[in-house]
Amino acid sequence: MDVRSTESELRPLMIAGLDGDVFAHRTLLERLSAQLRGYFKGQLHRFGRGPVEAEDLVQEVLIAVHTRRHTYDRSQPFTPWMYAIARYKFLDYVRHTKGAITDLAIEDVQEMAAHDDNSRVESSLDLDRLLADISPKARQAIQYVKLDGLSVSEAATRSGMSESAVKVSVHRGLKALARLISKESRS
Amino acid sequence: MKTEQLIDILSTNLAPVSEGRLKKTLLWALLVGGTAAFFLMLTTVGPRSDVAGSSFYPGYLALKLLFTLSLVGIGAALLLRLMRPGQDARKRFAFVLLPFLIVACAGVVSLRLGEPMAWGRMIFGMQWGTCLLCIPLFAVVPFAALIWALRQGAPTNLKRTGAIAGLVAGALGATAYAFHCPGDSIPFVAIWYGAMVAFCALIGAMLGPRLLRW
Repeated sequence: MDVRSTESELRPLMIAGLDGDVFAHRTLLERLSAQLRGYFKGQLHRFGRGPVEAEDLVQEVLIAVHTRRHTYDRSQPFTPWMYAIARYKFLDYVRHTKGAITDLAIEDVQEMAAHDDNSRVESSLDLDRLLADISPKARQAIQYVKLDGLSVSEAATRSGMSESAVKVSVHRGLKALARLISKESRS
Repeated sequence: MKTEQLIDILSTNLAPVSEGRLKKTLLWALLVGGTAAFFLMLTTVGPRSDVAGSSFYPGYLALKLLFTLSLVGIGAALLLRLMRPGQDARKRFAFVLLPFLIVACAGVVSLRLGEPMAWGRMIFGMQWGTCLLCIPLFAVVPFAALIWALRQGAPTNLKRTGAIAGLVAGALGATAYAFHCPGDSIPFVAIWYGAMVAFCALIGAMLGPRLLRW
């Protein structure tokens, strides 16, 4: 992965996504998933962990990138921001995974220099089971807005909540989902 | 779960993100924390009552506030960077030491100028014990408010972020305490204010990794 060329492609996608451009956001996440897969596979291989664990981490970082995207400063380069999240999640994984990986010096975590990896592996995470663990209100909001693709106003009418309550529930639900994914992939 | 499925979920009905949300959250926490510390001071030890007797009071109060508020300002600027991934503020970290250094130098100078006989009074003032107790106590609510705000961000260096949060909370506690504090000497401020703010930073560094993890 050439950091400079991806920066010039990814940053405009990120900024457009922040402004609500669905296609840009989707493209960004797809590009990132290939990059992250290559990165995590390389890192985890050294600890004897396979592609499924790598996929867990890919998904964890994608949802973190999404739920924390308001922390990206549009005037700053994108790659360091994304890489800081990936690195943070990897170190957290290393430190908190049970029966794991001890004595890894932080310096050992390599700079992101892996190649894109587009192989299709499923993570160990089960979406239905994860959804079952979040609050009923947030689950319903996610079901309507994110899975069924209803608009926020349709979801509001159907659930009897206000539109802003739906938006808040979706946001909270995704954050709860992010927490559950971290927990699950560490167990 | 397939990653494509997750990407579908994340990009369906994408909501735009407004700029400046983090800054607002942090300012809000500073405001709430500072106000709470001030009211706690009013309801516990109360504002200083011997003001009439001391013509130095406004000057010393201003000096104390200059020290504590400069720490709040520098610390808040660092926090704003620390809550954004990739802006670790590693180099700027040393800026927080500047107010400590300046007040320590001023303290030494004022001791040199003063009579050695008066050193004890200058250092210990009348109630260094209250200072020791009040600053961390007044810092509790500001610390909680700051942790809440930081959790809205995405800090990646939890120890450092916790330390700066503790420092800012301690400085807010010290700001509130300054309105009660009868210790009118620079060495007093340098030692006790400095030590208690540093202590709060230490506690923050210890709690950071647990409270800020995401």
